[in-house]
Amino acid sequence: MPRHTPLYQQHLAAQARMVDFAGWEMPVHYGSQLEEHQQVRRDAGMFDVSHMVVLDLSGPGVTDFLRRLLANDVARIQTPGKALYSCMLNERGGVIDDLIVYFMGEGWYRMVVNAATRDKDLAWIAQQAAAFEVSIRERDDLAMIAVQGPNARDKALQALGEALAPAMALKPFFARECGDELFVARTGYTGEDGFEIMIPAARAGDAWDALLAAGVAPIGLGARDTLRLEAGMNLYGQDMDEDTTPLESGLAWTVAFEPAERDFIGRAALEAQREAGVPRRLVGLLLEGRGVLRAHQKVVTPAGPGETTSGSFSPSLGRAIALARVPAGDFERCEVEIRGRRLPARIVQYPFVRNGRPCVA
Amino acid sequence: MSNVPSELKYTKAHEWVRDEGDGSVTVGITDHAQELLGDMVYVELPEPGAALEAGEECAVVESVKAASDVYAPVTGEVIDINGDLEEMPEVVNRDPYGDGWLFHMKLEDEAELDGLLDAEAYIELIAEESH
Repeated sequence: MPRHTPLYQQHLAAQARMVDFAGWEMPVHYGSQLEEHQQVRRDAGMFDVSHMVVLDLSGPGVTDFLRRLLANDVARIQTPGKALYSCMLNERGGVIDDLIVYFMGEGWYRMVVNAATRDKDLAWIAQQAAAFEVSIRERDDLAMIAVQGPNARDKALQALGEALAPAMALKPFFARECGDELFVARTGYTGEDGFEIMIPAARAGDAWDALLAAGVAPIGLGARDTLRLEAGMNLYGQDMDEDTTPLESGLAWTVAFEPAERDFIGRAALEAQREAGVPRRLVGLLLEGRGVLRAHQKVVTPAGPGETTSGSFSPSLGRAIALARVPAGDFERCEVEIRGRRLPARIVQYPFVRNGRPCVA
Repeated sequence: MSNVPSELKYTKAHEWVRDEGDGSVTVGITDHAQELLGDMVYVELPEPGAALEAGEECAVVESVKAASDVYAPVTGEVIDINGDLEEMPEVVNRDPYGDGWLFHMKLEDEAELDGLLDAEAYIELIAEESH
């Protein structure tokens, strides 16, 4: 039996095409993926991300625990509400999952991990936590709605009223609680401004309906993928996994090697890789001609073969874009094999699109 | 419910075939197929003049979501292609049986048309596949 989020009836009412996603029946689109994509870039859209896993970690040992568990350093976020993006690594430096952790106050953090990796994440976290004074509580009583787009915050305020008012002053990458069990973060997965809102499951439907009435359109997983790819954001299981390190995945910026004495899991493996020279890197690709890039296409470079990890038609650029893992080396062009033909592509800095504007030409 | 015009023939691979009555046919993908694929962003068509065997991969339609092969419904020669789709692939979504046609073929053997599905059989096929 597929699982349903508290917003399942809302999806059906909005004529969603539902698909299986990690055991959840989720909306892939509500009619047109392209229109949904543009809606988020130009105005405001909302995503049901209630399938994602929210964990509350607390206790006197919680900061020490997270400094061991995560490749990024929670010592960097000791201002209440501040968010941090990090990978959780195995001893080989491979990525078990990527996540966001919020410092909520002395001895309390909230963490959001991926739905598809829930079971192995929880097992790993519990195993590592044994040595620390920390308690972990899964908040499956909460639904989560991401409201994204240039008008998202204003429309969310309009829809949810006074309760949301304190959140309007949040800086990017900060979160806070707003009164009655409402948690609001100025974070997202689209490259646009907006909020991620956690709300008790029983109240999620009303919040969704109010957002809909305020002109926030429902957006499916399809557009979520093209939006995040344009924004140059990695997707776990596709752009990195347990056999790739953050250094090979465009995520070196999320690894806190300083202070040197912090012994996070995977540190020794990453240091050894850095020392030996990181053999592969994740790059952005822009297809020169017509065609569509997809995941797992072969990439031919002067330094040897590589592979696309994510690829799509970019609705904002009107061209095909991809993330690809290629051998280290200095080159600006490559070829991608599509149905037996090699098509020229350019290696570009990503993000491809931020705040509604193209970043590549 | 998808639109399945009664005057057309169909294939199990969700192409439609219109008998032009002069030994040639027009080929496209069905309304059901375009609906499943979603927003079309790229169409790759056969070369005019290409000789195709029935069942041969001869074109590709790609939506934001996925790429899908199009197979030659009958044996024959490609005599024309819908070049407008290069710039406007979304026409396949908007008008799959009209301006969204993919290519014209000259039939090698007109009797081959009898082997294709009629509208009723195609509706049944869609119903079976959606279970």
